[in-house]
Amino acid sequence: MTGHLDLDAAIIGGGTAGCAAALHLATRGLRVALFERRTVGSQASGVNFGGVREHGRDFAELPLSRRARRIWDRLPELIGSDGEFMATGHLKLARSDEQMASLEDFARGAADYGLAVELITGNRLRADFPWLGPRVVGASLCRSDGQANPRIVAPGFARAARQAGAQIFEHEAVEGALRDEGGFRLETERGRRVSARTLINVAGAWGAKVAAWFGESVPIEPQSPSMQVTEPLPYRLPVNIGVAGGDVYARQIPRGNVIFGGGRGWNDFGAITSRAGGGNVTQAMGRLTDILPWTRHVHVIRTWSGIEGYTPDEIPVIGPSDTTPGLIHAFGFSGHGFQLGPAVGEVLAELVFSGGSETPLAPFAIGRFTGAAAPVGAQGDGRDPIAAMQQGETR
Amino acid sequence: MRSDRIVIVGAGPAGMRAALVLAGAGLNPVVLDEAPASGGQIYRRQPRGFTRAYDKLYGFEAGRARALHAAFDADNRIDHRSGTLVWNIEGRRLQTLHDGRPETVEFDRLLLATGAMDRVIPFPGWTRPGVYTLGGAQVALKHQACAIGRRVVFFGASPLLPLVASQYAAAGAEVAAVLDTTPLRAKLAAMPGLLAGGKTGWKGLVYLARLAARRIPYRHGITPVAALGSESVEGFAYTDASGRRHEIECDAIAFGYGLKSEWQLADLAGCGFEFDAGNYQWQVVADEAGRSTVPGVYLAGDGTRIGGAELAEIAGERAARAILTDLGDTGQGAALAACARRIGGQARLRRAIERAFPFPAPLARAIPDDCILCRCEAVTAGEFRASIDRLAPHDVNRAKAFSRVGMGRCQGRICGPAAAEILAAARGVEVKEAGRLRSQPPVKPVPVAAFADAAEDAA
Repeated sequence: MTGHLDLDAAIIGGGTAGCAAALHLATRGLRVALFERRTVGSQASGVNFGGVREHGRDFAELPLSRRARRIWDRLPELIGSDGEFMATGHLKLARSDEQMASLEDFARGAADYGLAVELITGNRLRADFPWLGPRVVGASLCRSDGQANPRIVAPGFARAARQAGAQIFEHEAVEGALRDEGGFRLETERGRRVSARTLINVAGAWGAKVAAWFGESVPIEPQSPSMQVTEPLPYRLPVNIGVAGGDVYARQIPRGNVIFGGGRGWNDFGAITSRAGGGNVTQAMGRLTDILPWTRHVHVIRTWSGIEGYTPDEIPVIGPSDTTPGLIHAFGFSGHGFQLGPAVGEVLAELVFSGGSETPLAPFAIGRFTGAAAPVGAQGDGRDPIAAMQQGETR
Repeated sequence: MRSDRIVIVGAGPAGMRAALVLAGAGLNPVVLDEAPASGGQIYRRQPRGFTRAYDKLYGFEAGRARALHAAFDADNRIDHRSGTLVWNIEGRRLQTLHDGRPETVEFDRLLLATGAMDRVIPFPGWTRPGVYTLGGAQVALKHQACAIGRRVVFFGASPLLPLVASQYAAAGAEVAAVLDTTPLRAKLAAMPGLLAGGKTGWKGLVYLARLAARRIPYRHGITPVAALGSESVEGFAYTDASGRRHEIECDAIAFGYGLKSEWQLADLAGCGFEFDAGNYQWQVVADEAGRSTVPGVYLAGDGTRIGGAELAEIAGERAARAILTDLGDTGQGAALAACARRIGGQARLRRAIERAFPFPAPLARAIPDDCILCRCEAVTAGEFRASIDRLAPHDVNRAKAFSRVGMGRCQGRICGPAAAEILAAARGVEVKEAGRLRSQPPVKPVPVAAFADAAEDAA
């Protein structure tokens, strides 16, 4: 037993969204605690590519992404660190005419959301970006996008949240949660018992497991993007690079290393380990030299991965539970949640305080997956922590 | 069963001896090794066309080196693939670069005999041209008959310290001084164990006598201050046991604090680890016959436990006999017991060496703030300490994520031990509580071009 906690809000998951929610709730005086099974920002929030982009997103995500972009400029005042964010722009490349057409479609649609995207082809492409390979036929540029260091952003929010009065418990997984008349009751792996009026599920790839405790079934697939980094080179790639189709992406940090990714790696979800995968690693190297031929004689010095939850439609679940008052979800960011995280934290705080958000969330409703909700306690890891708690067992 | 594909990584004394034992039992082991020729670091061979004699190259170990080289070269059942970097393990497949081209090698049983590298502690000026590790200085001499400088200072705490200094003196380099960070009383306390351990301890005395005969000063209990100079090394500053500062003119410095096991591949294979208090480092868990915690993966030599060439060769034989036993050969018991006896017989000596050349952890904890700690990523000790203060990492992997220390091309193989000490000092805990840097593929940098070309060939 590690004692009992009585909270206004309990948060499951220490990614950027969870840590940001903890910050905003604690700042407004709520008693809030966050539980993270490993360390804050140790999976998708912390080991991702580091792209901060609105460019190329599903239009359903753009209002949220636009809101997030404004927060990225204010990170220093919010968490005392800029997260190494630089508005370098994001250049999305087309390697065929069909791909160029898809970039044109996005640029037109983005204008409706006030997002400026420039189309660049022909001589201007070669003049402005002379370091591109010959197979690139065109590109679109979103100047307001950029890049940041994912390893320090979620920990930065966690630190700010702590300073605002939130409790952050690392290496303490929540083993089960239920709701009764008094609110939510949680039990952690250390035997800590927690009661809370509100429960926020920001558990990433584990979000579906938490949702299942409350009878909501979301088909989440844990995937591991394959990431690589080269030795330092002279700085010449001043923009974050993606491609139509998404099979390779790259950025160079001012100290010279080129960070790139593409394809999926390997993970053992049960053991919470992941690695960049062999075949995909070498394929991504080939695609990199295709778009940036000058990387050909560079060495890759390290590869890595993490575990992220992917939904079938590759946009997240964000919003109130359909089964359980006081439960709010935000998970399944499907490999592009890093830019959104700071805004998701704000949205979650709005939902706690007012039940709604100024940002449209309808496309992210959990109901799109839960046509046939499973009974409470039927999902999960085999044992039934909820039933055990109802029976008053201690572990 | 005998068709098992057996792969040995490393062609030093452990890997070579293991291959010979397996070949002798009628098997055809594959031996993968990065170097252009077999021998490992200790029995490293000269490039083609170099003709220095065995006794010049290997000293007291010449007979052993000659015998092992000759036997290995003569055995055509061994498939030795030199110039092969094993950069990843996935399941039962090794990903390699063989003469710069990607190849996958599958195995049923794998023996990792990956050896060791110098263990260092950064000090002011250590990234200045002219500063080498003791092992690096020795390799330059052994491999290509080059000295690292005309007038060399040797310092640290390592069995290599008197050895390499005397080799340099014999080769005609000027040895300016040999400076041992171990206090004299600790060295004297270890002396009975060293001398009771057979020839090895006496060899150490011979090196000291040779240095003394050339009137080369050997000082105990020193503390390094800095490698001096502008563009390259021009001198070395240290304080003596009484705290007095000295400066010596030199154009090269060799330093080191013993060896550390190269266990990155064992880590990628999923092997278990433990902190070895005697060697004062993380080592791969092995049973009494060299089996790791992963079925089918075996361990031998300095990559598993630092013990030197003689022990590595016995451990190589032992692991090979464990493989034969696991393949169903019931006749290995007596030979395995003999290996165990020979290894056990050296236990006292090993403990004495560990006491005679202890890792000076306080030096690592006291690295000045303005000194580069991680040279790959150019992070100073002060920046590392500031990131610890700010984000309170609990282990070295977390500290790496926050600071970039250990994120560069060596993945912390150089700066890792010192970084762990600094983190442990900040947290007020024993160094083992700071944890162990996880390995990520590739274990050494791999060129993008090799894979881009292979993809084109396949297309």
